[in-house]
Amino acid sequence: MVEKSIKEINSRIEDGSVNVVTAEEMVDIVVDLGAEGASREVDVVTTGTFGAMCSSGVWLNFGHSEPPIKMNKVWLNNVEAYTGVAAVDAFIGATQLSETEGMAYGGAHLIEDLIRGKSVDVHATAYGTDCYPRKVLDTSINIYDLNQAIMMNPRNAYQKYNAATNGSNHKIYTYMGTLLPNLGNVTYSGAGVLSPMHNDPNYETIGMGTRIFLGGTQGYVIGEGTQHSPQSNFGTIMLRGNLKEMSSDYIRASTFEGYGTSLYVGMGIPIPIINEKVALATAITDADITTNLLDYGVPSRDRPKLGEVTYEELRSGTIDFNGKEIPTSSMSSFKMARKIAGELKQWIKEGDFFVTEPVELLPSDTVCKPMKQTDRSLLVQDIMATEVITIDQDATFHKAAKTIMENDYDHLPVIKEDGTIAGIVTAWDISKAVAEEDYKLVKDIMTKKVITANATDPIDIAARNLDFNGVSAMPVIDNKRKVIGIITSGDISKLMARRQ
Amino acid sequence: MMFKINISADIVSEPIIADSILETKVSLNISQAHFDANHGEIIAEVENSHFRKIKDALTSKGAEITILDNPIIRDEEECVECGACISVCPVKVFSFDKEWSLQMDADKCIQCGTCLKMCPHNALILEL
Ligand code: SF4
Ligand code: SF4
Repeated sequence: MVEKSIKEINSRIEDGSVNVVTAEEMVDIVVDLGAEGASREVDVVTTGTFGAMCSSGVWLNFGHSEPPIKMNKVWLNNVEAYTGVAAVDAFIGATQLSETEGMAYGGAHLIEDLIRGKSVDVHATAYGTDCYPRKVLDTSINIYDLNQAIMMNPRNAYQKYNAATNGSNHKIYTYMGTLLPNLGNVTYSGAGVLSPMHNDPNYETIGMGTRIFLGGTQGYVIGEGTQHSPQSNFGTIMLRGNLKEMSSDYIRASTFEGYGTSLYVGMGIPIPIINEKVALATAITDADITTNLLDYGVPSRDRPKLGEVTYEELRSGTIDFNGKEIPTSSMSSFKMARKIAGELKQWIKEGDFFVTEPVELLPSDTVCKPMKQTDRSLLVQDIMATEVITIDQDATFHKAAKTIMENDYDHLPVIKEDGTIAGIVTAWDISKAVAEEDYKLVKDIMTKKVITANATDPIDIAARNLDFNGVSAMPVIDNKRKVIGIITSGDISKLMARRQ
Repeated sequence: MMFKINISADIVSEPIIADSILETKVSLNISQAHFDANHGEIIAEVENSHFRKIKDALTSKGAEITILDNPIIRDEEECVECGACISVCPVKVFSFDKEWSLQMDADKCIQCGTCLKMCPHNALILEL
């Protein structure tokens, strides 16, 4: 059994005799020498990843103004930062959107601008106290004017991540990118063979105090990340680093169409090879890492799992799903991950970076629970109108007009003889037919592609469907496609108004 | 060469593409077609030497032709070579080489614009 101490490894870094390889290079070394030989031979294995890490932000300290202010609210280039701490400290989160530019500019862009040394507009407001009398402040600053700019990432470097596809019949925009309809593409994230946490899946070397590569400088793991879920291989870590030393090569702002902004963060963890078990773990390949393929077309926490795929399949460019070839896209850059693992290797080789012994290892038994909701989510059946007046598809246009008028409805679901839904007719369809002097049967003027809802759909999903399809009412149908109710945007707006 | 055929409302129901192909015997490679009641838009490719012939046939029947000679451009400073654009391109303009660098075969681009929205770094530009 080979055992090496961190001290021993660091003394090799010091005298230049250290043997350090990247996690990609380690695969063949373990194949050639076996785990024992490799653990004798190699002292450190470097990893790397470069992808969207929404859970990122920066603590800023502005210093005191004259007269001083206790910032109640603060905006940087119109992006609001959180100030519910001491007078002139604020936390800017990567996904906070600009109040003027929306998704085109967010916290992530601000962070990148700071790193690039650009000047940033600061606007702060306060209620004013005896000790902090100032109520409004406007200034412009750059990163050198700040006392501290400390990057803090509450949840980063997911061990692995789910692969996403879309089983619905329309294009959707998500934090996993654009997903084409009918399983048109698959997106994934993570560096597979170079994945920092997957190279030490039992957390034998990673913990609080582990020195890492973060954004082009040396940073630290400061404990487990939020939602850390090692039981399902979804471990995460919390990170800290000095933004003032970071480089825009490794910290890059991004915008996901229809979702918002995020920050691409480059990080890498050195794995000190303290024994052969750790050496064996670093020999992991893309083929060894499996992840779930989820249907993001279902807007639920419990997205249906369509299957399992390995990173090897994902990275090959297409996956085979029930005989269908689906093209894949990575949302994170493997080329950059490689560059990071390489750079970290170089730092260690040149004696500029020493490995650390964590003061506390990451927990390996925690699980990530779903939210406890005391307020039962309302369903369509809770607010739909159940006394719905329908019309037969073979009825005359006049009868439809009369029914709408008499009942003061704008929407009339149209049914077939067996009671199943055939379409919908609106006051607008009637007016159009009148304008065109084209008096026919209901089935000739109705909208056939009717958007429907199910009684058990949550209200938020019904609202989104109304919005997405640009309609103002949906007939509610049962599993035999019979109309059992109707839900309108008016019902939903009233409900939302009550909720607020 | 790649070009766009626009067909307006008044002639959208006439078989002008089929007629033009029959008349000129030029084969068209159609990569995209969108039709609704008011308008038709087709992206097609043809050998350079046959372009003139088919263009004349189509325009004589009322279609409008635009040559697509401004393919997709990538801002290399902004691009982080993630590969997000690869899976959404209908004609496979993007791919990775052995070193995981992004490769582009821009000549194939039919200017559909899908990759523009997909790119998280705003690195793709289409000058229409
Ligand atoms: S999606 Fe954008 S950033 Fe990613 S490889 Fe394509 S062009 Fe580059
Ligand atoms: S615009 Fe983009 S997605 Fe569309 S064909 Fe060109 S490269 Fe492909």
